Amino acid sequence: MRALVLAEHDNRSLKPATHAAVTAALALGGSADVLVAGAGAAAAAEAAAKIAGVGRVLLADDPAHAEALAEPLADLLVGLAAEYDALLAPATACGKNAMPRVAALLDVQQISEIVAVVDADTFVRPIYAGNALATVRSSDAKKVITVRTTAFEKAAETGAAPVEAIAAAAPCDAARFLERRVVESVRPELTAARVVVAGGRGIGSDGAFALVSQLADLLGGAVGASRAAVDAGFIPNDAQVGQTGKIVAPDLYIAVGISGAIQHIAGMKDSKVIVAINKDGEAPIFQVADYGLVADVFEAVPALIDSLSA
Amino acid sequence: MKVLVAVKRVVDYNVKIRIKPDGSGVDTANLKMSMNPFDEIAVEEAVRWKEKGLATEVVVVSIGPQAAQDTLRTGLAMGADRALLIKTDAEVQPLAVAKLLKAAAEREKPDVVILGKQAIDDDSNQTGQMLAALLGWPQGTFISATEKTGEGRLSVVREIDGGLETLSLAPPCVLTTDLRLNEPRYASLPNIMKAKKKPLDTVAPEELGVDIAPRLTLVKVEEPPRRKAGVIVGSVGELVDRLKNEAKVL
Ligand SMILES: Cc1cc2nc3c(=O)[nH]c(=O)nc-3n(C[C@H](O)[C@H](O)[C@H](O)COP(=O)(O)OP(=O)(O)OC[C@H]3O[C@@H](n4cnc5c(N)ncnc54)[C@H](O)[C@@H]3O)c2cc1C
Ligand SMILES: Nc1ncnc2c1ncn2[C@@H]1O[C@H](COP(=O)(O)O)[C@@H](O)[C@H]1O
Repeated sequence: MRALVLAEHDNRSLKPATHAAVTAALALGGSADVLVAGAGAAAAAEAAAKIAGVGRVLLADDPAHAEALAEPLADLLVGLAAEYDALLAPATACGKNAMPRVAALLDVQQISEIVAVVDADTFVRPIYAGNALATVRSSDAKKVITVRTTAFEKAAETGAAPVEAIAAAAPCDAARFLERRVVESVRPELTAARVVVAGGRGIGSDGAFALVSQLADLLGGAVGASRAAVDAGFIPNDAQVGQTGKIVAPDLYIAVGISGAIQHIAGMKDSKVIVAINKDGEAPIFQVADYGLVADVFEAVPALIDSLSA
Repeated sequence: MKVLVAVKRVVDYNVKIRIKPDGSGVDTANLKMSMNPFDEIAVEEAVRWKEKGLATEVVVVSIGPQAAQDTLRTGLAMGADRALLIKTDAEVQPLAVAKLLKAAAEREKPDVVILGKQAIDDDSNQTGQMLAALLGWPQGTFISATEKTGEGRLSVVREIDGGLETLSLAPPCVLTTDLRLNEPRYASLPNIMKAKKKPLDTVAPEELGVDIAPRLTLVKVEEPPRRKAGVIVGSVGELVDRLKNEAKVL
């Protein structure tokens, strides 16, 4: 059993989602290589070489892969597939974009967002917004898998794998990269943060959303949001937590002014400790909260900030 | 520009599903069914293009049982021109859906195929990308804005992990919708009546020459571990105290 893991990186640094995907790959019971496709991504490849258990790192360093466009990325993976029994990627925006393309080109039914490996053919994945866990067995000879990164430990960094340069795929003019508007933030990344403070429609305005950010900063945490808060423009889309947003599992999740729709719960219910602050004592969020405070956001959050900064 | 939109009939997003006691699957009998919400967004986008004179014809296609006709009629009532039902009672997994949609695209010859980014029942998030690969077309997934630009290209804004990204795509291409692309309309009563008269074709997967045999076998379905409700604290002071001394997360 040989597995290849697509690395998540931004050309400069490797993302911890990669480490979780390597753990899932090793759980298949064989070896795991890592593919870094990028431009000027040597540092990311060096970082991948340190992941414990990795056999070798393949580096395709070329302008064609600078923006991780799905078309060349899928072609690259398909070109490498003959040597591997399984191809895996973290279930990030990039992994979700590219891997089904790979699967279709290999005539394989992808297994999306696995949360457990039962054996080399059998996997557990959530369906219906996490309201059910399905165990599925694949009859495809080759596996194409995306990995829910919160469900796997991050592999340690005690390795020293060799890095091999490989040829890039041809660029595709039918899909051109124009621009990327990244939300610059000094806060930890949402999916990797130890603390997440998330705000919902109950915050009422984007001005008031500053209260949520202030609390997050005080706790060294990331800022999350419900769909309603994003739709209302309180905060950019990349903060959405849920079934169709990001999946998080921090040590502490504080939901402020969020009702607790199943689509939201789907993204945060694996957090270690959940706190809910909501003025409606009947809000469903309290059914999953370890600590609930029935209170108005505008009284409770400033008081919390005062008490924590004292 | 001709547009093909893929719409799936799913359990309504407001309905809580039940797992069959023997763990053999999810019991969807007698539950309220609706068009997958991301597919409503896809239909809305196509209809808006038509209203703006960008699209000439909008065709909705669904793969599923006879009852998927209702979903197609919803699409017609929203403003699509024609519908195609690829009728089967079998379970059709994303790869097979993509193959059937490829066959439909080869018949209909659209310039753009729009799908939802994710079906809210299987949560696969695969079909659009697979269809693009099978057709050899470029893809714009998780889109929140579209614009027609020079050289007949489309500029699309994508929702990605760090923020937003803009791509320029040369049709024919495949798009998948994200939540912020638009707010779908409700079909008006007169439009629902009119939709009943719009053409709806039915074909079988075999007629399209596609093998839909599933590649994944469902071994079992289980309840996820349930979280228990904890305590309601009386004050901010008590909350801080418990987080520090009991949960030890501060
Ligand atoms: C296809 C689809 C996908 C979706 N995906 C997601 C997803 O990924 N993530 C997600 O979050 N949602 C998602 N949703 C939306 C979801 O169904 C809910 O609509 C959404 O989560 C509600 O957000 P909210 O809790 O902020 O708003 P509301 O449900 O409006 O709740 C606001 C809460 O704030 C409280 N409140 C109001 N004022 C105050 C105050 N002053 N002080 C204290 N509390 C106050 C209210 O009591 C209420 O409980 C999706 C929906 C669909 C259809
Ligand atoms: N049975 C189906 N009929 C029509 N469209 C479908 C079907 N299954 C999936 N799709 C389309 O593919 C999208 C993504 O589905 P999935 O890959 O299953 O998450 C959906 O939003 C639909 O647009």
